[in-house]
Amino acid sequence: MNWRRAALASAAAAPVIALLAWGMTRDPKEIVSPLPGRNAPEFSLGVFAPGEPPLARKVGDTIALASMRGKIVVFNFWASWCLECRVEHKDLSFVAQQNASKSVQFVGVLYNDVPSAGLEWIGKMGGQAYPSVLDQGARTAIDYGLYGVPETFVIDASGRVAYKHTGPIPAALLQSKIDSLLAAPAVQSPASR
Amino acid sequence: MTRLLAVDALWFGLIVCAIGGIIAPIGIGRGKQRDAWIAVAQGAVYANFALITVAAGAMMWALARHDFSISYVAQVGSRATPMFYTVISLWGALEGSILFWAWVLALYSVGVVWLNRKRPGLLVPYASAALLAIALFFHVLLVGPANPFHLVSPVPLDGPGPNPLLQNHILMAVHPPLLYLGYVGMSVPFAFAVGAVLSGEITNADWMRLTRRWTLTAWAFLSAAIIAGMWWSYEVLGWGGYWAWDPVENASFIPWLTATAYLHSVMVQERRDMLRLWNLNLVVGTFMLTILGTFLTRSGIISSVHAFTQGTIGYYFLAFIAIVLVGALAMVAGNSDKLRAPGKLDAALSRETVFLLNNLLLTVFMFTVLIGTLFPLVAEAVRGVKVSVGEPFYNRMTLPVMVALLFLMGVGPALPWKRGNMDDLKRKMLPGLIVAAMVATIVVVVGAKSVYAVLAFSFVGFAATMNVMEFVIGARARVSAHGERFGTALLRLIAGNRRRYGGYIAHMGIFVAATGIAASSTFRSEGEATLKPGQSMVVGKTTARLKDVWGREEKQRSVIGATVELVRDGAVYASLTPRMNFYPTSQQPIPTPDVRSTPFGDTYMNLMSFQQDGSSATIKVILEPLVPWIWMGGGIIVLGALVSAWPVRKLA
Repeated sequence: MNWRRAALASAAAAPVIALLAWGMTRDPKEIVSPLPGRNAPEFSLGVFAPGEPPLARKVGDTIALASMRGKIVVFNFWASWCLECRVEHKDLSFVAQQNASKSVQFVGVLYNDVPSAGLEWIGKMGGQAYPSVLDQGARTAIDYGLYGVPETFVIDASGRVAYKHTGPIPAALLQSKIDSLLAAPAVQSPASR
Repeated sequence: MTRLLAVDALWFGLIVCAIGGIIAPIGIGRGKQRDAWIAVAQGAVYANFALITVAAGAMMWALARHDFSISYVAQVGSRATPMFYTVISLWGALEGSILFWAWVLALYSVGVVWLNRKRPGLLVPYASAALLAIALFFHVLLVGPANPFHLVSPVPLDGPGPNPLLQNHILMAVHPPLLYLGYVGMSVPFAFAVGAVLSGEITNADWMRLTRRWTLTAWAFLSAAIIAGMWWSYEVLGWGGYWAWDPVENASFIPWLTATAYLHSVMVQERRDMLRLWNLNLVVGTFMLTILGTFLTRSGIISSVHAFTQGTIGYYFLAFIAIVLVGALAMVAGNSDKLRAPGKLDAALSRETVFLLNNLLLTVFMFTVLIGTLFPLVAEAVRGVKVSVGEPFYNRMTLPVMVALLFLMGVGPALPWKRGNMDDLKRKMLPGLIVAAMVATIVVVVGAKSVYAVLAFSFVGFAATMNVMEFVIGARARVSAHGERFGTALLRLIAGNRRRYGGYIAHMGIFVAATGIAASSTFRSEGEATLKPGQSMVVGKTTARLKDVWGREEKQRSVIGATVELVRDGAVYASLTPRMNFYPTSQQPIPTPDVRSTPFGDTYMNLMSFQQDGSSATIKVILEPLVPWIWMGGGIIVLGALVSAWPVRKLA
């Protein structure tokens, strides 16, 4: 046995193992969104599920991002066929109610689904505190680079995407994002300056 | 009760493997009471097999009895799933697959010890210890992160059933066991390599002979598994393809390439006493690549269609890879002095040169696929970007290598060992070249446009002719020497030199499969149309008429199907029923294409969508010439390996 050569050869294993070990810390399915920090794509969509007072809106009303400047917008993509959406459903309505008196607007967006199925789902799940809109042809979903549902975008008072969450969002996390935006005055985005 | 029995068996197995795999080899090495330690190592192999059989049997029993108090059964079992698919879901998810792996490894280990029980020397005892050390790792997984026998409380009344894709086709019973037999089988040559180094038999050629047969066995299983996997993907996934260079496919293919290289280069070592170190590298490398492949598909490190559920198991595999890689590199490099081979290449024109080129190409092929598979990881580590490597990369990089390999498969058999003669070679190659030219002409006339397609077809024609000639020339010689009939002469020729002619038979299998692959990818045509009942669509020369759209409730699923008739001259000559199966656990329907196979090609039909009132359905029809040749080729490859590996009875 030539120990010197053996040691040299086994040192060659180090970079391979280092690469694999580093890979273990990554999620290959995670795709970083370029949106946070930029202006949120505009949308103007019709309400199909009214939500509950005090957050209710009339069915058929249009909700447009441009008309919500000065408010924090929580924009949540969901679908009735999405299992993970069930997980976050209660949390979202709960946080929406908690912040009802503040300058925060929750909007649900039905993704790749029919309104009747969406309404049935809301009924089955025990209601939804805030209104949901319909995204015809998934145009808004494409603008937001939707990867799957659920996905949640938190948009600050100046219309900038402050945070994007993939998968079910926990109540505490969402509340902390809202709190920090409420505490800090909105930074003017370059576009609106 | 079942659970306790199984868990105890796993823990005892762990202890047995630790004793046989770690303590026993130290005892053998120190030399005191060596025979006793040998007996311990070999006894441990049998004991471990018995224990793991109890655990695996307990799992199958629990699955069959719907014992949902056991975590794995609760995860993959369901009362509605047919019994057959319930029992084979032993290998349907992560924990069960590790249990099955350990069982296959134990089975191989018993085979190694039993078949070599009369062999003197320390090679086999050390190899048994190495196999037990590998088994120890799987036992650690089984009592740790991949324990399938956790107690579930409260006990659920029913489970979700296996992944719908895994209970939709009979090949699920075939492909995974074959794959494990192939993959795990590569542990045996590695164990022999370790045994050869530890026992000092590395300098003696006998261990290579022993290793070759085990590698060939595992290789045959792996070849069959790869082809069965292609078949499964073709029959189940509904896209009409059979290979997509997905990481999980690559994981099975990469070690196949190094094992194939070894099966060829080992002949050079046996005949000419060259390439000792290289062959050791191939044996060790093949095993490493199986472990790496397992790691890649089970750690979630690379994005694949075939992801197993993830957990901490990736870290265990990483640790195992680190230990084995460092150990193996040290072992090979540390002993490289002893492996200086005395043989020398006599002439550039010789069979050994072709084998060297073959090994070079297979190694390049292996690295190409390996780099393509790992590149997303490297790119993200180095440049922080997400990339994916797809078919265009693999096709562009590997097609030239494949075509060159096909050519070599024709040249090799025509060249003698040691020193060839250019004039002889030219004369022998003439019929092959004529066939190649004819095939090329036909293929171009029929409409092939890509250069590689033309080259692939004509080199297959060339190489197939060259291999057939080997049979013909040999049989003719027997006819004239012994006055036998041609058929008898052919059979006796093969029986008299099984290794050689088995190899040529395997080559023929490759040619048949390559023809199927080249034809189905070059001359494929497809069409898609939304039809009302009674309406027809035309693809190529095939007319398909929708008869009706129907629905059916089955115990574990709902089925929507379309009955589509194939019509020629107004008469129906076949009827296909592509379906969509809806399983309660799956959001999306599972496409269930229907395929009409003839030796000349397949009509592949998929139900893309349908109107709920049955008023129309969208049907995709794909015509794929010669696809069945791929599966047939797989059968011939296995037959060739069988002929080649079959032990020759020594005449008394």
